[in-house]
Amino acid sequence: MSDTSEWDTIDETWDLCLYVAGQTAKSVTAFANLKKVCEEHLNGKYTIQVIDLLVNPQLARGDQIVAIPTLVRKLPEPIRKIIGDLSDTERVLVGLQLRPAKSQAE
Amino acid sequence: MKSADGVLEGTLEKVPTGIAGLDEVTRGGFPKGRPTLVCGSAGSGKTLLAMEFLVRGATDHGEPGLFIAFEETAEELAKNVQSLGFEVADLVARKLIDIDYVHVDRSEIEETGEFDLEGLFVRLGFAIDSIGAKRVVIDTIEVLFSGLSNTLILRDEISRLFRWLKKKGVTAVITAERAEGTLTRHGLEEYVSDCVILLDHRVHDQISTRRLRVVKYRGTAHDTNEFPFLIDNDGISVVPITAAGLTHEATDERISTGIAELDSMFDGGGYLRGSSVLISGTAGTGKTSLGAHFAEGACERGERCLYFSFEESPKQLLRNMQSIGINLGRSLESGKLKIYSSRPTRFGLEMHLVTLQRLVREFNPTVVVVDPISNFLAAGTTIDAHSMLVRLIDLLKARGITTVLTNLTHKRDSPDEATSGISSIIDAWIWLEDFTEDDERRTSLAIVKARGLRHSRKIRNYKITSDGVKLAIERGGEATT
Repeated sequence: MSDTSEWDTIDETWDLCLYVAGQTAKSVTAFANLKKVCEEHLNGKYTIQVIDLLVNPQLARGDQIVAIPTLVRKLPEPIRKIIGDLSDTERVLVGLQLRPAKSQAE
Repeated sequence: MKSADGVLEGTLEKVPTGIAGLDEVTRGGFPKGRPTLVCGSAGSGKTLLAMEFLVRGATDHGEPGLFIAFEETAEELAKNVQSLGFEVADLVARKLIDIDYVHVDRSEIEETGEFDLEGLFVRLGFAIDSIGAKRVVIDTIEVLFSGLSNTLILRDEISRLFRWLKKKGVTAVITAERAEGTLTRHGLEEYVSDCVILLDHRVHDQISTRRLRVVKYRGTAHDTNEFPFLIDNDGISVVPITAAGLTHEATDERISTGIAELDSMFDGGGYLRGSSVLISGTAGTGKTSLGAHFAEGACERGERCLYFSFEESPKQLLRNMQSIGINLGRSLESGKLKIYSSRPTRFGLEMHLVTLQRLVREFNPTVVVVDPISNFLAAGTTIDAHSMLVRLIDLLKARGITTVLTNLTHKRDSPDEATSGISSIIDAWIWLEDFTEDDERRTSLAIVKARGLRHSRKIRNYKITSDGVKLAIERGGEATT
């Protein structure tokens, strides 16, 4: 993970939303994994909003949520979606475009 | 007998789809509170059938519906079904229908680790509760397989979705793409055990035919036949072989042929009411004249007659019949007679069958003339034409309608293709023939058969005069008229 230098020049704030449906094991894991990735790669310039669809079911349609958990990168644009418990850090980084897709194979 | 999930066989409650003909084919509609799978290849009409199921439910059966669209946006969908006369936007505004477009695009999604489809469940649940939906359409859930890669999770979740829908008690239609050799590409039929419908769209000799088949319907004796169906500006119409089968009511009541002398040949009183009569003959023998006599007679008695004229326009028919003293104009004006003209070759066969069926339903005649049926042969393959004629005749019989069908034959004394296919369901058969005698073309008439009647076996010459069809003295000297 030493090749992230060119991706370290982050100066805008990242706006992330994690969609869950209740406090399930998957959503707890996803939140923990997300927190870790952000701490390591976003230099504190991020916000994470957790949206519980059991509380706000109407938000599922507007934000096009199908799978749970879904992480949505609202800012910077374009919007990106990562589904699952975010256990594969490498793919989370690719999904957030913190790492080019090519390096996925490494 | 109880099945795995506790439903008594034969006790499935049904919900009328409201789609013309489909409720007859399924003996009452789709299983209530359960998912029905509608599969078919692209363009087979799955989405339209599903949408009509919702529209009819919302407008005719007081059941609001939710449409989960995986392939088209709500706007596209509303626009596409507008041509079928469905004002979906209006129904949406009145909260009778809700459309949720579910967008799943692989290029925007990264998968990492375990997930489930709870988001979709939440959307469904929230929408169902918001409008009080009793009907749900999911069109087509297989899109998920191209949007998400973990098929194991998808299968589990889709299976859970079907169980969840049942628990919700909504009557659901799930559409699926047909695959080579299997009903659906991803084996969705595994999850739907109650009712599976297959749609098909074929083009034969440049004539398109759509067909519907009930592949499976638990607890319901269903036809395994294929039923032609049509999509037009009134939605979908399925043409059922009537459920009546061979249980048509048999009556002794008689109905005049419109020609007194011909009546006397049929045991003295004409055709049997509710029977199907075929009039075959070579060109120019007066088949139409006999049909018109029958129509005129019925209308003058106050009956309603629907006349399908496949060779002449209504005006031509009126004029030509006027010239031989048959006045159809009077009945047309009084509204007892309705003439429908079209050329069968213009559309597919099923289009015609459906049109005829619809007209019969709307006009509610006691008497129908189809002139001639031979034109149907030009409109499809022989097998299709036969099957269509059988359906048409069966349909009319089931409604107790007395039907006269004319048929142009080319060969003498030998039933041609059209008649050989339908003769078994024809009750009475009149054969017209022309021959040459003393350097003059003459015409003769014989009754080939008349079920349930002691009919004349004589061959009678006849003439078409300015005062209608006149039968001559019987050949062989026994003068009876």
